[in-house]
Amino acid sequence: MMDLTVIWFILIVVLFTGFFILEGFDYGVGGLMPFLSDDTKERGEILRTITPVWDGNEVWMITAGGAMFAAFPHVYATMFSAFYLALFLMLVALILRGVAFDLRGRHESVGWQKFWDGAICFGSVVPAFLWGVAVTDLIAGIPINEKMIYTGGFFDLLSPYSIIGGLAFLFVFLYHGASFLTLRLAREKLIGRCQSMAMKVGGLATIFFVACMGLTMQYTDLFTKPVAAVALCGAAVFFLVALGSMKKGNGKASFCLTTLAIAATTVAFFAGLFPRLMVSSLNPAYSLTITNASSSPYTLSIMTVAAGIFVPIVLIYQAWSYYIFRKRVTPKDAEEHY
Amino acid sequence: MDALLLSRWQFAITTVYHFLFVPITLGLSIFVALLETCYVRTKRPAWKETSRKLVRFFGTLFIINFSMGVVTGIVQEFHFGMNWSEYARFMGDIFGAPLALEALTAFFLESTFIGIWIFGWDKLSEKAHCICIWIVAFASNLSAFWILVANSFMQHPVGYAISNGRAEMTDFLALITNPYVIGEYSHTLFSAIATAGFLVIAVSAWKILHDEVSRQAFTQTLKAGGIFMLLGLFAAMGSGHMHTQYLAQANPMKLSSFEALWETEDPAPFAIIADINEVEHKNDMEITIPAMFSMMLYNEPSGVVTGINQLQEEYAAQYGPGEYRPDVTGMFWSFRIMIGLGGLMLLLAFVAAYLGWKKCPMNFPIFLKLLPWLLPLPFITNSVGWYIAEGGRQPWIVFGLQKTSEAVSPNLTSSDVWLTMVGFTLIYLVLAIAALWIAVGFIKKTHIAFDEGRKA
Repeated sequence: MMDLTVIWFILIVVLFTGFFILEGFDYGVGGLMPFLSDDTKERGEILRTITPVWDGNEVWMITAGGAMFAAFPHVYATMFSAFYLALFLMLVALILRGVAFDLRGRHESVGWQKFWDGAICFGSVVPAFLWGVAVTDLIAGIPINEKMIYTGGFFDLLSPYSIIGGLAFLFVFLYHGASFLTLRLAREKLIGRCQSMAMKVGGLATIFFVACMGLTMQYTDLFTKPVAAVALCGAAVFFLVALGSMKKGNGKASFCLTTLAIAATTVAFFAGLFPRLMVSSLNPAYSLTITNASSSPYTLSIMTVAAGIFVPIVLIYQAWSYYIFRKRVTPKDAEEHY
Repeated sequence: MDALLLSRWQFAITTVYHFLFVPITLGLSIFVALLETCYVRTKRPAWKETSRKLVRFFGTLFIINFSMGVVTGIVQEFHFGMNWSEYARFMGDIFGAPLALEALTAFFLESTFIGIWIFGWDKLSEKAHCICIWIVAFASNLSAFWILVANSFMQHPVGYAISNGRAEMTDFLALITNPYVIGEYSHTLFSAIATAGFLVIAVSAWKILHDEVSRQAFTQTLKAGGIFMLLGLFAAMGSGHMHTQYLAQANPMKLSSFEALWETEDPAPFAIIADINEVEHKNDMEITIPAMFSMMLYNEPSGVVTGINQLQEEYAAQYGPGEYRPDVTGMFWSFRIMIGLGGLMLLLAFVAAYLGWKKCPMNFPIFLKLLPWLLPLPFITNSVGWYIAEGGRQPWIVFGLQKTSEAVSPNLTSSDVWLTMVGFTLIYLVLAIAALWIAVGFIKKTHIAFDEGRKA
């Protein structure tokens, strides 16, 4: 039987993959919305594509965090305390974004709505960028001492590599969001705007993604692992083909391909990390691995049973919720207030 | 202040703030679900229309509150790693599991179904839509159970063994059937029902007084909210009483601190008020009812209750030298505030239910005028309740296993925590004002006519 710690490593990858795919387009939609339209009604239409589902998508992140706590407590402890100020920034962003979805439509004034639109944009762009920084930091390594304690400060988290990583994540998510919007909006005018926006952010995403790959080769040992190397190159190919499909006006193919690209990227970085979860830049021996950072076998086996039962159930009812809201969003849908 | 003290303040501020919204989510989800069930089942056309509007009215208040609860809840999850990394290392094996289960079994459910409920009015059948809010109510209350399982372990560790320098889970079933969690969970749930009930009667009172069109509809919710609140309060008092009795074995230091009982006595008296001297560890003055404390604990006017000072000696012998007495003054007065406000709210709930029942609330406009201003009461009660639960555990973060001072993240500087504490406080203040302003505006501008009387 496969070692429980390996199973949990895989489960963490599954949770992060789900999170990046689902929140990816949420962040993308939120980040692009102010740039797609200046009209608050049209913005309402754009936002309405994600308002029924964003909260459920965000739970993928919360579950990934909780699962990390349960399965690899040392990783949770080291990572969250190391990224202290970065996470504070992310929390501020997520707080503003979360309440903005609700408060935005509750007052008619244009100033009020635009303020919360700004909050949604900020609250989407910042976490998208920071997750890219975090993932690249995990694999490039940050100063962690023999007691698994982070010895650096906030600015040690920012390197040219991690900033490029952040931008790559951000722009891939923006593109992913634009693809999603072409599938979910009803009016041709808006869809057209999303398509041309997709080509713009897609170009930048390609540049940052390729740059990130180059720096990954330079700063990490990811390319020494065949699975990771293949996955990362595969992600790049998926993304380029996605751009090609979007150019031909095939939003559906583009969205499916960016979904694959995001999944492949997530797999690539974790496969590059394996069996580590956080690399120490001070000494490879100080890195946190699935062995030295894990919970007891007992806890892992309990959690394995729980995850085996509940993850499929979650997938079923979340799929159902997307099915309920499958129709394209019309201006009338957006006007419905609660 | 150092990073430890600041982290404690930050946790206190953010968790008290988070718990302003939690009880409303727990209680109001049930209330709205009951209301929507009435809507689905009623055969009277006028009431059908009105109840639908009422569901949407209280549903909107629920949603505004819910989103505040969600975003402030994420902060709490991150906190354990951000500020309390050594706690997370020591306790991850046990604390992580309920937290992950909370996300897996409850958060997914409530977040997905609240989205369906909010935007699915025209997309689902009446019954299916109603089931969605019941699922939200169930999932919210399930999430409370998981987090209180985790909290109960901190108060009263069970089902674990210490190995490799940390607490490791040995018995999951013991963890979730911890007798501590039964008292803590039921008390939280019933208090949440009472809190939501208070919100309903306070809003209803304002509408009855200021909005003639909506008067009849909100007289109904004054009655319903009053009854809901009464049930919550009675149950909260019962569960609180049982839990306090249980504390005699589970956590005697906390118990004796509630009553500022410094020396062991049999029978132990109940102090109504006391002038507590924390330096000499005694009361300079007190007014007591003889044997009452023993009576409350053992249901008979006798029985030994161990004093704080004896427990201090016991713990010093068991765990090594140190200060094991919590903030007795804070415990003693918080406990009295909780009990006192609970009694006052019982009276208010009774009056509200009665006036609603008799359909004559306008006979007592002063009561209607007063009620909205008293809305802070349940929130104060909840907050002091949590203060005695968590403050009474100090100096431990996990009772008997890890001290709070050993749990803080070692890499944090006090300027880091200053920055985030001020940041969270400011953003929370701004959001509270925005959400309150929107909620009040919504309450004022929404009218719900009820014209069954004319038809009859």
